[in-house]
Amino acid sequence: MAIIEQDTTNPGFKWIGTRPIRPDGYEKVTGKARFGADMMLPGQLEGAVLRSPHAHARIVSIDTSEAETMPGVKAIVTGADFPDLAEAGAGAADLDLAVNVIARDKVLYEGHVVAAVAADTRKQAQAAIKAIKVNYEVLPHVLTVDEAMASDAPILHPGTRTKNVEPAPEADSNVISRVVQQLGDLDAGFAAADVVVERTFTTKPVHQGYIEPHAAVADAMPNGRVHVWCSSQGHFAMRTMTATVLGCDPTRIKVTPAEIGGGFGGKLSIYLEPLAGRLSQKSGRPVRIVMNRDEVFKGTGPASGTKITVKIGATNDGKLTACQSWLGYEAGAFAGSPVGAATMTMIAPYQFENLLLEGYDVVVNKPKVAAYRAPGAPMAAFAVESVIDEIAQKIGMDPIELRLKNASVEGSQAAYGPKFPKIGYVETLEAIKNHPNYQIPLGPNQGRGVASGFWFNAGMNSSATVHLNEDGNVTVIVGSPDIGGSRASMALMAAETFGIDVARVQPLVGDTETVGFNDVTGGSRTTLATGQAVTEACEKVKVDLMARAAKTWNCDVADVEWVDGQVQKLDGSEPPLSMAKLARGWGRTGGPVSATASLNARGVGSAFSTQVCDVEVDPETGIVRVLRYLTAQDAGRAIHPSYVEGQFQGGVVQGIGWALNEEYVHTAEGTMDNPSFLDYRIPVASDLPMIDTIIVEVPNPGHPWGVRGVGEVGIVPPLAAVANAVSNATGCRLTDLPMSPMRVLDALNQKSNGGNGH
Amino acid sequence: MKYLAPKTVEEATTLLAEHPGATVFAGATDVIPQLKAGRPEPEALVDLKKISQAVSVSDEGGHWSIGAATATAKLTGNKALAAEFPGLVEAAGLIGSDQVQSRATLGGNLCNASPAADSVPAMIANGMRAVIAGPGGTRTVAVEDIPTGPGSTQLQPGEFVVSFELDHAPARTGDAYLRLIPRTEMDIAVVGAGVRITLDDAGNVASATVAIGAVAPTARRVPAAEEALVGNPINDTTLAAVAEAASAACNPIDDKRGTIAYRRQVAGVLARRAVVAAAERAAASTNGASNNGETR
Repeated sequence: MAIIEQDTTNPGFKWIGTRPIRPDGYEKVTGKARFGADMMLPGQLEGAVLRSPHAHARIVSIDTSEAETMPGVKAIVTGADFPDLAEAGAGAADLDLAVNVIARDKVLYEGHVVAAVAADTRKQAQAAIKAIKVNYEVLPHVLTVDEAMASDAPILHPGTRTKNVEPAPEADSNVISRVVQQLGDLDAGFAAADVVVERTFTTKPVHQGYIEPHAAVADAMPNGRVHVWCSSQGHFAMRTMTATVLGCDPTRIKVTPAEIGGGFGGKLSIYLEPLAGRLSQKSGRPVRIVMNRDEVFKGTGPASGTKITVKIGATNDGKLTACQSWLGYEAGAFAGSPVGAATMTMIAPYQFENLLLEGYDVVVNKPKVAAYRAPGAPMAAFAVESVIDEIAQKIGMDPIELRLKNASVEGSQAAYGPKFPKIGYVETLEAIKNHPNYQIPLGPNQGRGVASGFWFNAGMNSSATVHLNEDGNVTVIVGSPDIGGSRASMALMAAETFGIDVARVQPLVGDTETVGFNDVTGGSRTTLATGQAVTEACEKVKVDLMARAAKTWNCDVADVEWVDGQVQKLDGSEPPLSMAKLARGWGRTGGPVSATASLNARGVGSAFSTQVCDVEVDPETGIVRVLRYLTAQDAGRAIHPSYVEGQFQGGVVQGIGWALNEEYVHTAEGTMDNPSFLDYRIPVASDLPMIDTIIVEVPNPGHPWGVRGVGEVGIVPPLAAVANAVSNATGCRLTDLPMSPMRVLDALNQKSNGGNGH
Repeated sequence: MKYLAPKTVEEATTLLAEHPGATVFAGATDVIPQLKAGRPEPEALVDLKKISQAVSVSDEGGHWSIGAATATAKLTGNKALAAEFPGLVEAAGLIGSDQVQSRATLGGNLCNASPAADSVPAMIANGMRAVIAGPGGTRTVAVEDIPTGPGSTQLQPGEFVVSFELDHAPARTGDAYLRLIPRTEMDIAVVGAGVRITLDDAGNVASATVAIGAVAPTARRVPAAEEALVGNPINDTTLAAVAEAASAACNPIDDKRGTIAYRRQVAGVLARRAVVAAAERAAASTNGASNNGETR
């Protein structure tokens, strides 16, 4: 199982496609890097958070009087310490955000924040938390799509009527909204099919599982300004959201980003920042709050649990004729599951002329879901790709051939609206088909599974500032937190633009007041959009330096050119001016040199991935071991191939965990039964083979370097790839995740007792 | 909460008499997480790792003496012990991660009294005895009699396990421990099975001990499986009887780690596989000076 060492297909690049060590590596390997919990200010207090022990309850009263008198306690906050945003006319999303940060009249899930304390020590804060008396009236709860949609279900948010349903419903519901994708004539499509497969699938909520727990430090000034340090996927977004919950203007708050120990979508929202901010305002002291793992599981967003039915028709020669799907996605306690993205992505790899996809956003008494790497797509792909696999079996066609026959290509109509521009889906299929892994013979109890996936990727807003330093080296400041090696990518794009050694570029992530506005690091957008801003800012510096050289030489700017980090006179009559020389002389040419670029990135390139997985199933215990795993993904252009491969591999590993063992286990009381990494089983290194990668490069025509986002689509196929491999190994079609040993053995037992294994 | 680190058994028993609310610990790989999870702090923590008798491994002639607070990394690194009792040493080596192995101990694993403790079925299979010190002096008790239920032991106030005695294995003896966990490491046994087999010259089973873990309030022996083996060859019939007996001996619970039905079924599978592994080791064994069943 060789790792495929395939550097970028280099069209004359000197730096793009190379693999220098990451600029933030020294701090990380020596322990000097400062993560969310590492900030320590003079006089800093430690916070602790009181959370609901109930899945659903009315808060009758909160008595903090005893806690207030306890040693070291400096401030306590409850929901009453935060503005009522409804009075201020805020929208539904902001209202939900505020009430998710701290409960007001009801708690909606176990772990919902009820109060927070700041004290001299963490121990004192924790003791004070225990002394707060909350009188709850426990209410009945719902945990799943089926429970929440039952006609007699207890309602989380009275007054909610399902949106986008005709006729408009007259009863309260836990279904927030319905989304629909529709094309062609469904009945005609199924009538044209020789084979129709319909299956219902379920998946459990899974957590993003970042190793670094949430942490925030807030320091309030007497003038009302609040300085926040936290690790997040976007400090500008943290600023906006914190201001919303505290009821102030965003610019009253400054957010300094810490290094981030994993996010995967789970650090796009706020949890602790407003609590620390208000405690700091009340106490006049800086306040730090750090979650433990139990709080991370119970209080922060997992991905949705789902129930999905998929029905697909095909002809015997492998043309897919129709697809119908019903999707119920748990949103957690507040509206906002990614079911819309699920309906838009699930059949994007295929050209279906007839389809009807209906999705439902359903609230349940669990933590509000958060984004998780291609949010919503993996579960829907699990359902679709499993059914496609079964169709391939039924018509006796190789699963890659079936996909090739129906693959979306440039110009195909995507169900969600646009026609695809240049995309690399077919190339990922061919790459897998032609790889030796796809031909390795399988032994007893072994199976092979193939699956594909799609993700849109995002563009959005980015800014970057580039400074020339007095020694001719450059500083690149971005406002996008570096989660997956983006500083290395920014440095490479700057080095390529200038034509200088990448070691001469110092990239850094600035706070909300040192660099222009940036949207979050999410949607696989940072290398694309922020990289484009960096490139444009570097180009501006180049243009400025060429003008200064022309001024120095007293010639027209048209008579100079930029070559490898220096300005040359076209006629060769002067020795070239290096960036260092131009910097030394900047006092005579107009002063220091810097430039900023701010943009809305429009040229987003969508991403496809195809993966093949080999497993071995122990028929007596149900244990599934992954023997081999190969992923081929279109990166457009791999700026730093090591981090591109890292993103591919990371997505696959998280997908394998989701497929095999990860799940929220709930008690009958609606509390989480496995809130630790001991019983919430993310894969450990020994669970996995080397995840082999193939970087497919079909350059994105909308980007100066051809970049497509690479962070997310890798997690879309694995759920189905593993399930299809298990099906191939056992003859049992597993439709419920995770495929834990118990579930697999159950299926095998049913099969040996005469059932069909499911 | 005080931290106390006695250097002798006598000092430890004196300290425990002075601090009746104290908690004894060896590796603390269970105690510290329990405290962090909110368990009430005891008035004192008494560290056994400074007592030399509790952290040494020695061959005493007729038996091994294994300090109860010896890091399991020292056991997996002891070539003579690992050669003679590979199943026991492998079980010890399954506890936690490599880092945890430098702290974790057999004594702690036993006295934490988790029904899923990995080393316990292997200790029971090898007939190990615990040497217990206390206010009334020392006493020696079979390992299988120490746990009395999840989280409870027969240790009396002021008592602690100092060391274990492990008799040298007869010739043609092999042991094995297998566990089922959903991943490959860093996990708690859903089912565990420890087996020791001694073969006679004809290749039949001369003696057998079968112990299963995580399927009842305490690890337990499976006498019916042992009876099915003794005097018989290892074949499909005896192995089927072992599996059936092990499944029947289970008294498991349904919990987040496994259902009753799953634990019963897999206990039979693992007991059978552990018998096969132990018998293969017995057949290949070079233990003992002769094949007459005497200790060396």
